[in-house]
Amino acid sequence: MSFELTEDQKMMQKIARDFAEKEVAHGAEERDEHESFSRPLYDAMAGLGLTGICFPEQYGGADGDVLSYILAIEEISKADAGLGIALSATVSLCAWPIFAYGTEAQKQKYLKPLAEGEKMGAFGLTEPNAGTDASGQQTVAVLNGDHYVLNGSKIFITNAGEAETYIVFAMTDKSKGVRGISAFILEKGMPGFTFGKKEHKMGIRSSQTMELIFQDVKVPVDQMLGKEGEGFKIAMTTLDGGRIGVAAQSLGIATAALDFAIKYSKERVQFGKPISANQAISFMLADMATKVEASRLLTYQAAALKDAHKPYSKEAAMAKLFASDSAMEVTTDAVQVLGGYGYSREYPCERYMRDAKICQIYEGTNQAQRMVIGGAVLR
Amino acid sequence: MEIVVCVKQVPDTTEVKIDPVKNTLIREGVPSIVNPFDKIAVEVALQLREKHGGKVKVITMGPPQAADALKECLAMGADEAILISDRAFGGADTLATAYALSTSIEKMGPVDLILCGKQAIDGDTAQVGPGIAENLGMPQITYAAKIEINGDTIKVDREHDDGYEIMETKLPVMVTVVKSIAEPRFPTVKGTMKANRTQIPVWTAADIAADEKRIGMPGSPTQVRRIFTPTQRSQGQLIQEETAQQSVAKLMQLLGDAKVI
Amino acid sequence: MAVIVNQEKCIGCGACVPSCPFGAIEMRGDKAYITEACTMCGACISVCPVEAIFREEIERNVAMDKTEYKGVWVFIEQSHGEIKGVAHELLGEGRKLADELGEELAGVLIGNGVEAQAKDVFASGADKVYLVEGPEYDHYNTEAYTVAFVDLIQKYKPSAILVGATNDGRDLGPRVAARVRTGLCADCTNLSIDAETKLVLWTRPAFGGNIMADILCPEHRPQMGTVRPKVFKKPTPDFSRTGEIVKVASKVKESDLKVKLLEILAVCTSNCKLEEADIIVSGGRGLGKPENFAAVEALAEAMGGAVGASRAAVDAGWKPALHQVGQTGKTVGPKIYIACGISGAIQHLAGMSSSDTIIAINKDADAPIFKVADYGIVGDVMEVLPLLTAEFAKYRAACK
Repeated sequence: MSFELTEDQKMMQKIARDFAEKEVAHGAEERDEHESFSRPLYDAMAGLGLTGICFPEQYGGADGDVLSYILAIEEISKADAGLGIALSATVSLCAWPIFAYGTEAQKQKYLKPLAEGEKMGAFGLTEPNAGTDASGQQTVAVLNGDHYVLNGSKIFITNAGEAETYIVFAMTDKSKGVRGISAFILEKGMPGFTFGKKEHKMGIRSSQTMELIFQDVKVPVDQMLGKEGEGFKIAMTTLDGGRIGVAAQSLGIATAALDFAIKYSKERVQFGKPISANQAISFMLADMATKVEASRLLTYQAAALKDAHKPYSKEAAMAKLFASDSAMEVTTDAVQVLGGYGYSREYPCERYMRDAKICQIYEGTNQAQRMVIGGAVLR
Repeated sequence: MEIVVCVKQVPDTTEVKIDPVKNTLIREGVPSIVNPFDKIAVEVALQLREKHGGKVKVITMGPPQAADALKECLAMGADEAILISDRAFGGADTLATAYALSTSIEKMGPVDLILCGKQAIDGDTAQVGPGIAENLGMPQITYAAKIEINGDTIKVDREHDDGYEIMETKLPVMVTVVKSIAEPRFPTVKGTMKANRTQIPVWTAADIAADEKRIGMPGSPTQVRRIFTPTQRSQGQLIQEETAQQSVAKLMQLLGDAKVI
Repeated sequence: MAVIVNQEKCIGCGACVPSCPFGAIEMRGDKAYITEACTMCGACISVCPVEAIFREEIERNVAMDKTEYKGVWVFIEQSHGEIKGVAHELLGEGRKLADELGEELAGVLIGNGVEAQAKDVFASGADKVYLVEGPEYDHYNTEAYTVAFVDLIQKYKPSAILVGATNDGRDLGPRVAARVRTGLCADCTNLSIDAETKLVLWTRPAFGGNIMADILCPEHRPQMGTVRPKVFKKPTPDFSRTGEIVKVASKVKESDLKVKLLEILAVCTSNCKLEEADIIVSGGRGLGKPENFAAVEALAEAMGGAVGASRAAVDAGWKPALHQVGQTGKTVGPKIYIACGISGAIQHLAGMSSSDTIIAINKDADAPIFKVADYGIVGDVMEVLPLLTAEFAKYRAACK
């Protein structure tokens, strides 16, 4: 068993790290403050090829592996977790299902521009009345000759409004329950496809979250992803991969908080010595570092399983569960180490703490992750 | 247009710290990087290639691990890279380095433009570029803040004491660049993957048919006698009064007492 | 030719391992081992407590009669007949070296119609001036000056040459040194004569100012070095001194002049002539935002000084690079240097620590800048600056 990254992986990590440190980090506070998503920044990141790392060259990718891509999310999220999820939503939730389930024509038309970074992607599953219970889909798609007619809405959709390509789930046959759900590829600008209100969030405020609204949207049949009724399977397998992305995002946030707390504790002098000289602080830092490292191992393991084409659903859920819970704990403790300064907006730790919270919630709440893991271990 | 960029792998001196107790350099955690000024030179070369066509070749002299620096340049978009590496080159000062590099550049074939960073951040000598130009009998323009090429004519804004000297000459020429000339691009994922799979040719002293008296330590007139950490200025007086007004008043008084003003 | 660990002497303390700037030393068992990554910089040699690390000396068979080379030369950099400050500084320092060696000090004056300046060169301590004149030297030009300089070296064979480490000096020095194939020590901050060998001992910073190196040029002549402006004081001119002017005909041919100067763009007003300034007020990232540089400029104006900037401030685009003070910017040595909101990275300190008086303003009492400052105000720089500006305005008005 080797825990060494390959040369390629190290270099991907370096590309993302250099970009994050030089271009992303300095504006993160301001984007958080103003709840503004920066498309130019996303485009610069995508222009480096971070959206194409794990796709084959023929679809505009770099033929790298999932772990390299996960390392990129981790590095970007260290600087700005909102940009990290924008990357993850495009790659894991939009590009990947097209890669896995799309026709050759769909891959050329939709996957390639996503992988090459020309377009952004989004994923619409959640509805006001269908959260963890995705079977409660109220968005419907009715076949009408050479197209489906979509009606309904989706909420809390990351990248909505900015993305050009959307994976949207809708009921094509209500009588079949989850087997009546189908997936569609929608394009921004289709008649009847509009956006609702912009969500004001607690954290990851530099990412854009909006509602999707469908009013008699005509979707040509060749924009159905997979077969009719395959939607639920597509959604669940997509989220399996997405969870590794959220785990990496959590890992990035936690690492940033830990690094900051360590640095601060060595510089902050109280009672004539750095506060790190107190066991009370150093033990906190020890626990934080251990949680981060355990999160890292689980996250990289899930990515490595996916690269090896082995089952990874359970491991992805574990990585997401543990890394996001750890991120919440580590960021909370980082704020504590900084004391009053931690609570102040002048320092980034309170932002890390707010950003960490969502990781326990989206792409399946951590309670849902336990359902997945529980189901797997009791099978 | 054939452009050769000379680069150096350096420890990131901005990360170097001194152990306050032992008074020695703390090496741990200091990454090796492409000398920032050389990276700017690579960027300038790439921009010129985009405008005028041709090839960008990067060359470095160093130990085997200096290949990493070349890979980074390839990932940015350079076409070819050559590593000059041989224990016989070890201990070279700027004269011996310039000789080894200029001999290698000659072996690489015709060149229109040699670009170097204005200096390396570890040695800060700024001497290798002019040394190469001298060995190749080429004119040189140092501290370039802007480069324009028209046919076989190059126009350079050279940074000078209070502004710029606008210089012109015919190619080939050796030019060193300052920071303000360009912002180096980030290497792309695809470029990096490709660079990682590139076998970088390594030329030894024998490969470039170097005169052994002119390379490495035998070819280096200067010798390092001793390395030591600089003595720090002694700490002066800290002023931290209740208000800024009082602090400033105290400073003015101290400056007056010390006859600084 | 290598840096070697004497395995018998090595006590395995490991002190050398972190001292290596290239990570080229590792412990194998209980002995230090120098790997292929070694660049033979020698940083480890002085660290070893038992002197187990040494540089393997090599035979340098240079057929050169060193005894023929005598005298210390200073390149007299001038622009339009005005001698730069650094040339005077080097004449002062060169005088000391020449006296210690019992040799003469000469100035190398190359230019167009600059003979009248020779008296200033003598006044600063020279015994002799080598004068090369012609229209081709009207403005500094690498090739013309190299040809003239090399011709002088070959004819008159000096033992040591000092050149100011200005942009032109650092353009000319390496070209001349490469042509005569001798050693050139860059950007020196101290000069002395090595008692044992009577060689010039060139001291210079390396690694961004983190370490210093003493360098010798034992077997080649002339020994050459560029020397940082403002590290030595100008000698007081003694106009009663006279000397010999040796006029040498120009050897430059039309074909030597490949680079043409089209025009000179002066973009700098007096507030960025940092090298010559007696007072410099510098700003850094601690100012918070670029607009706040106005407060730095106001103080500089009130004091009649120039405006400097830290690398971080220049990198952030707050000030053009012409204002940058530090290892990769300009080296300054004013009478008063005021650092405002500059933390004091070693790169910055390397460029300004030879100032006579350093005043720092920073809110962080632990900032490294306070370690070199003579006076440090701990406080909000934006609160302190206007108050200080008002004080100096008052002071200046009172002086008038």
